[in-house]
Amino acid sequence: MAYVVLRHRDIPDLNKFDTYKNNGGLDAFKKAVTEMKPADVTDVVKNSGLRGRGGAGFPTGMKWSFIDNKNWPHYVVANADESEPGTFKDREIMESNPFQFLEGLMLASYAVGANVAYVYLRGEFWEIGAALDEKIAQLEEAGYLGDKLFGTDYSLRIHTHLGAGAYICGEETALLESLEGKRGQPRVRPPFPPSFGLYGKPTIINNVETFTNVPMILANGADWYKTMGTADSAGVKIFSLSGRVRRPGNYELPFGTTFRELIYGEKNGAGVQDSRQVKAIMPAGASSSLIVVNGDEKILDTPMDYATVRTLGADLGSASIIVLDDTVSMDWLVNKTVHFFKHESCGKCTPCREGTFWMKNITERIHDGAGTQGDVDLLLNVAKQMQGKCLCALGEFATMAVTTGIERFPQDFKKAVKA
Amino acid sequence: MSLEKTHPKEVKQILSKYPPEGKRSAVMPLLFLAQREQGYVTKAAMQDIAQLVGITETEVASIVGFYTLYHDEKGGRYRMQVCTDLPCALRGADEFLEKLCDHLGIKVNETTSDGVLTLETVTCLAACDRAPMFQTQGPDGIKYHENMTIDRTRDVIAGLKYAREVK
Repeated sequence: MAYVVLRHRDIPDLNKFDTYKNNGGLDAFKKAVTEMKPADVTDVVKNSGLRGRGGAGFPTGMKWSFIDNKNWPHYVVANADESEPGTFKDREIMESNPFQFLEGLMLASYAVGANVAYVYLRGEFWEIGAALDEKIAQLEEAGYLGDKLFGTDYSLRIHTHLGAGAYICGEETALLESLEGKRGQPRVRPPFPPSFGLYGKPTIINNVETFTNVPMILANGADWYKTMGTADSAGVKIFSLSGRVRRPGNYELPFGTTFRELIYGEKNGAGVQDSRQVKAIMPAGASSSLIVVNGDEKILDTPMDYATVRTLGADLGSASIIVLDDTVSMDWLVNKTVHFFKHESCGKCTPCREGTFWMKNITERIHDGAGTQGDVDLLLNVAKQMQGKCLCALGEFATMAVTTGIERFPQDFKKAVKA
Repeated sequence: MSLEKTHPKEVKQILSKYPPEGKRSAVMPLLFLAQREQGYVTKAAMQDIAQLVGITETEVASIVGFYTLYHDEKGGRYRMQVCTDLPCALRGADEFLEKLCDHLGIKVNETTSDGVLTLETVTCLAACDRAPMFQTQGPDGIKYHENMTIDRTRDVIAGLKYAREVK
């Protein structure tokens, strides 16, 4: 099957303007601006069933239709703050298929009437940001960005903006705060960004991968897109596969592909390192609940779409599949994830700031061999107390591996503590 | 001296990205610009940026403190930042870091005696499939170095462009 998002794997040099253009690139944008009403663009995306690829899986077209048309100007922001441990797909898209991503951002901007769009990149993507600036300049030169495009009244400019090392800025309201030149701390919601976003104006924020699907949907139609994937989750997804597999990397596959095909397929993960057994899977990066596998064939045959993965007690999220083999002990794993969230907690709300701090103290004690069963119980207790009480999802995410690790792999913790 | 005097073109270009009511948005790009010179943001630079975007020096300092890529203390000419998060650790990042400490003769958060390198650990850099990896942050920006071994690290260090110009 031809690639939809990772099209650079089919077409060499797709990150060059001429190559992109010669392969039908930018036709969808030109056609939209010259022949379509903005609302028609939103309708096509709505009908395609495209859901947000950043983790939440919210229907993209529906989000666009929420834009407040009584308050102007409007903004569109690309969330290129990719920071979830286990996720590395947006980076490949922006490096190798940047024009398709930018065209998607341009189509979204036209659909919601935004004349200015921003790409918020994590600061570590410094080189990608510089490369995107060049691509944006090329688009301006060729007349695809700027004032009165193709002789219409529609104008559009895109700017890049670098973050500076803060996972929390992937949360959309924290991202907006950061883009406004403040500490990246989430806002209390509602109001949501489509009514109160950047500089208090209606704003649509989507993930890089989400935008990159859009030009292909406009070019080939909503029905074409729905021929891939499942009824619940239309289209293709990039699965970032990492951990103990032979071939880690990004794999673009239709939703509904099984874990087995991703992990064991010869063109995909090609199996577990040293031919060991899969013990557990984290389907949504470090934020994920642990899916118990322990060699269970039925679990590996589960199709990966939003609804079905949920039946295993986990969310598919951004589809960052971390594979854990039987050499990994969950007390070690939980110590790793808790360290991450303690470091990245923004400090704004008490349950997350204090909860991650105390969880880290306890997991370190267990990791150092000085823990008792009482510490494990306390750790679970702290995590449970955080759940449902934090201002944004980060605090919730911090507890997922902790609670599912202790509840689903109690023997690992028993072994790790003093009798 | 103000960034407006030393880098007039860059400052103008940065400010042009944001609407007048969003002037404060320029604070982060201006901090990167200020940091380029000495590898950390000086107190004078914070004062200057506060004036340029119309916020207080305390607010600028709180931003420097919040984001890990800004530094308010002098470090080595380059910061070598190793990811030790879960996916990297599953592919040998912790063992690599240990060897790297031995190779450089320093511990994490220390600087080599020649002042060239400060060794740090960082959280996920979106390179989980090519671990072990680190980034170098220096006068010429941020660069990724992936699928690393100690031998390959030696080449990276030899290739650092501004290593000789230690301030």
